[in-house]
Amino acid sequence: MRPQDFDMPDSDVAWCPGCGNLSILRSLKTALAQLEIEPKDLVFVSGIGQAGKLPHYIKGNVFNGLHGRSLSPATGIKAANPQLTVIDVSGDGCMYGEGGNHFMHTMRRNPDITNLVHNNMVYGLTKGQASPTSQRDFSTPLQIDGVFLEPFNPLAVAIALDASFVARAYSGDRKQTIEIFKAAIKHKGYSLVDIFQPCVTFNKVNTRQWFKEHTYYLEEDHDPHDRNMAFQRATETGEYPLGIFYQNSNKNTFEENLRVYWDDKSPLFQRKVDMGKITSLVDGKR
Amino acid sequence: MTVLSKKDDISLVLCGEAGQGIQTVESILAQTIKQSGYHIFSTKEYMSRVRGGQNSTEIRVSSHRVASYLHRIDILLALSSGALKHLKDRISNDTIILGDPEHLKAAKKDFLRKNINEQAIIQIPLMDTAQEIGGLIFANVIAAGVLSCILNIPQEIFNGIITDMFARKGSKILENDLKAAEAGYQIGVELKESQAENIKLPLTGKSEVGDELLMNGTDAVGFGCLAGGCRFMASYPMTPSTPLQVFLASCSHEFELVYEQAEDEIAAINMALGASFAGARSMVATSGSGFALMEEGVGLAGMIETPVVIYIGQRPGPAVGLPTRTSQEDLNLALYSGPGEFPRIIFAPGKLEDAFILTQRAFNLAEKYQIPVFILSDQYFADCYYNIPSLPLEDVVNEDYLVKTTPGYQRYLITHDGVTPRGIPGYGEGLVVVDSDEHDEEGHITEDLEIRTQMVNKRMKKMDGIREDAIIPELVGDEDYHKLIIGWGSTYWPIREALENIKMENSDQKMSFLHFKQVYPFHKRVSPYFEKAEDVIIFENNAQGQMANLIKLETGFEIHEKVLKYNGMPFSVEEVEYNLKKFISFNNNLSGIRGGV
Ligand SMILES: Cc1ncc(C[n+]2csc(CCOP(=O)(O)OP(=O)(O)O)c2C)c(N)n1
Ligand code: SF4
Repeated sequence: MRPQDFDMPDSDVAWCPGCGNLSILRSLKTALAQLEIEPKDLVFVSGIGQAGKLPHYIKGNVFNGLHGRSLSPATGIKAANPQLTVIDVSGDGCMYGEGGNHFMHTMRRNPDITNLVHNNMVYGLTKGQASPTSQRDFSTPLQIDGVFLEPFNPLAVAIALDASFVARAYSGDRKQTIEIFKAAIKHKGYSLVDIFQPCVTFNKVNTRQWFKEHTYYLEEDHDPHDRNMAFQRATETGEYPLGIFYQNSNKNTFEENLRVYWDDKSPLFQRKVDMGKITSLVDGKR
Repeated sequence: MTVLSKKDDISLVLCGEAGQGIQTVESILAQTIKQSGYHIFSTKEYMSRVRGGQNSTEIRVSSHRVASYLHRIDILLALSSGALKHLKDRISNDTIILGDPEHLKAAKKDFLRKNINEQAIIQIPLMDTAQEIGGLIFANVIAAGVLSCILNIPQEIFNGIITDMFARKGSKILENDLKAAEAGYQIGVELKESQAENIKLPLTGKSEVGDELLMNGTDAVGFGCLAGGCRFMASYPMTPSTPLQVFLASCSHEFELVYEQAEDEIAAINMALGASFAGARSMVATSGSGFALMEEGVGLAGMIETPVVIYIGQRPGPAVGLPTRTSQEDLNLALYSGPGEFPRIIFAPGKLEDAFILTQRAFNLAEKYQIPVFILSDQYFADCYYNIPSLPLEDVVNEDYLVKTTPGYQRYLITHDGVTPRGIPGYGEGLVVVDSDEHDEEGHITEDLEIRTQMVNKRMKKMDGIREDAIIPELVGDEDYHKLIIGWGSTYWPIREALENIKMENSDQKMSFLHFKQVYPFHKRVSPYFEKAEDVIIFENNAQGQMANLIKLETGFEIHEKVLKYNGMPFSVEEVEYNLKKFISFNNNLSGIRGGV
């Protein structure tokens, strides 16, 4: 397959020129093409925000739901039909702010979905307020004294919760991003990819240049199965490592734990009501 | 004085502390009573605590069908010192009180003495007998034995039930429980002899009743969910919806469904919508405060036109309110939940059969119109048990509204009736795109104001079909009434029984009862019912008359006579009767029972 197979011919892309979302979209199309996943077997799930619009610009099924809630429908979709490839696309505000509770519990549940979080450290769609990952002193029309909250560290939280795949990418490096996306999608279980992404319009601090200067890749010999080391690397600040921090392939997925699929793999919508069984259950009340 | 000899309908109340095992006595009795061919109804009221407090269960044992709550107590079994005080308003001179000397001590000397007929206080050695058998835990079974004997339940039936219930706990435990059963029964025999004047029950059993179904409102809704093809429930525990969650979780293996306890109600409804988007018939269950969190998701269901069934077990609010009590306060919440405008359906069953049929229908209609469909239950309805001959299982038809998509499939194609054939991902060649933003026919975000108007029209257009499918309210009584009583949901049986009692006394009373089991939208033939009546009265378990207000809104008809009860307890038959008599200005003696409103 080719990345163009995922093009949406008439889509009216509502992102600013130069926005990091554009390169994430291109990388995602390439990764999916290389993995040979057909659009009809794909479901993109998103919340609200600039990142949340991505599913409209790529071929696939789409559930563009509510701000912060995307992981819940994504979990429901995968649980109702495990044959689908489910990719959740959100922004940092959507996922770590409004959706914080779902973020935490989805990692515990471990559905086999890929969670791509476009982390531009700002609220883009609502025009430049602080997000949970905004750095200290970042000043905005709402945070007039500059942000004085500690930035949220999604990777450290995810590793602490033993999320089964945890990675960070930088949108400007398409080659590496594609590889990380592929690994995340192939991974069985919940995968988090936090993607550093410049918002050229509202974040004048964390610019393309800034990301280049403040990131580097984890060494070749970083062992993603070493959870303690992964946690330590995730807490690094100042200079931010990129790559696959942590991977735990020994966990059952949510769907694997569901009894409905133990003997029969068919999606739920294909199963018929058995009135005979209901009748005997009701007769148990006699 | 022979208290019970006239009655073939006994109101038996068990009262004790939480954690004392009243539920065991209740379930033993419920089974033995039914198997003996008596009709049974039971309802419990309890405090929001795991141990202590005062909880009671009313069990009606009758020669004819019974399905509603009585204020009256004929026999009270007190299992705690606080029981009599807790029930003082319901105890009369005609109440026979049974209990251990220990628990009745207080009653003998305290204020209750004034109200209570001392002869009717009968001491039975529950504790001592239990100690002899092996410990206080046997007091339950002994008590059940005493009552079974008094109710003329054959000892074989009683022993059979004890064996069924305790056999899995091992032969040693069973042996002791059977000993306790025997001891209790013997106490009963002695009582019947020594109190022959007091206790005479002319109940007559019918063998058919023994084979009937005994279930509660939760079970009836649960069977409806299974029959409706429910495959996915995500929810968060909240009384009184938790029993339905437990029901479906316990069925999940055999009936191939997923139950997931979500991290909160917000996640629950969003998960259910995801599962529904992927084709699984899905539902959530919650109570008012929990539903408040789900409202955002109700709007999403409306916008993305994705079916979901929402079960709300009502309890008094606002906020956490009275967690274990009953109410009908969340009609407005269901009716107006979610931002924006979109269609919905609200059912409120009052009978077990209706609960089953409406729930199954809720799944069909949710799929047919791709909308949220509500089932408004409440603590009273969810928890009360009675026997019914059968459920209409043969009538179940599950309509299949999913289509296999073709390339170019448009999820929101505008059609004449507003309903687009529903595709799901992974079934067919097309792509399915849904969006919480306003969208075009393909499902993609749009800010085109023309399309926006068309989409609102498309969604609202479904109301035409929904109204066509609406269920007409049930009229109990003659068509040529002068006075009309209105009720909805769980008040069905208390109102109906009260009306029947009144008609028994005065057979040419031209009064009928109109019960709404579909509370929104109304069937188009509803207005004439009001126009025909000279006088209309409504009973509701809320403070504002939410249904009366909705009737005004939908039909223009204003109901002036409202009986509103919102202390957390259901209407008793006597209370409805009292209010109805006032309404029709009988010059009867209305003393003895307070209105309680
Ligand atoms: C419940 C709710 N609250 C607020 C909003 C308004 N809102 C839309 S997008 C957004 C923030 C998006 O930020 P982020 O997730 O970082 O995405 P970005 O736009 O930066 O990609 C907010 C607050 C909303 N749509 N829903
Ligand atoms: S506002 Fe920022 S995030 Fe949004 S499209 Fe423009 S550059 Fe991208």
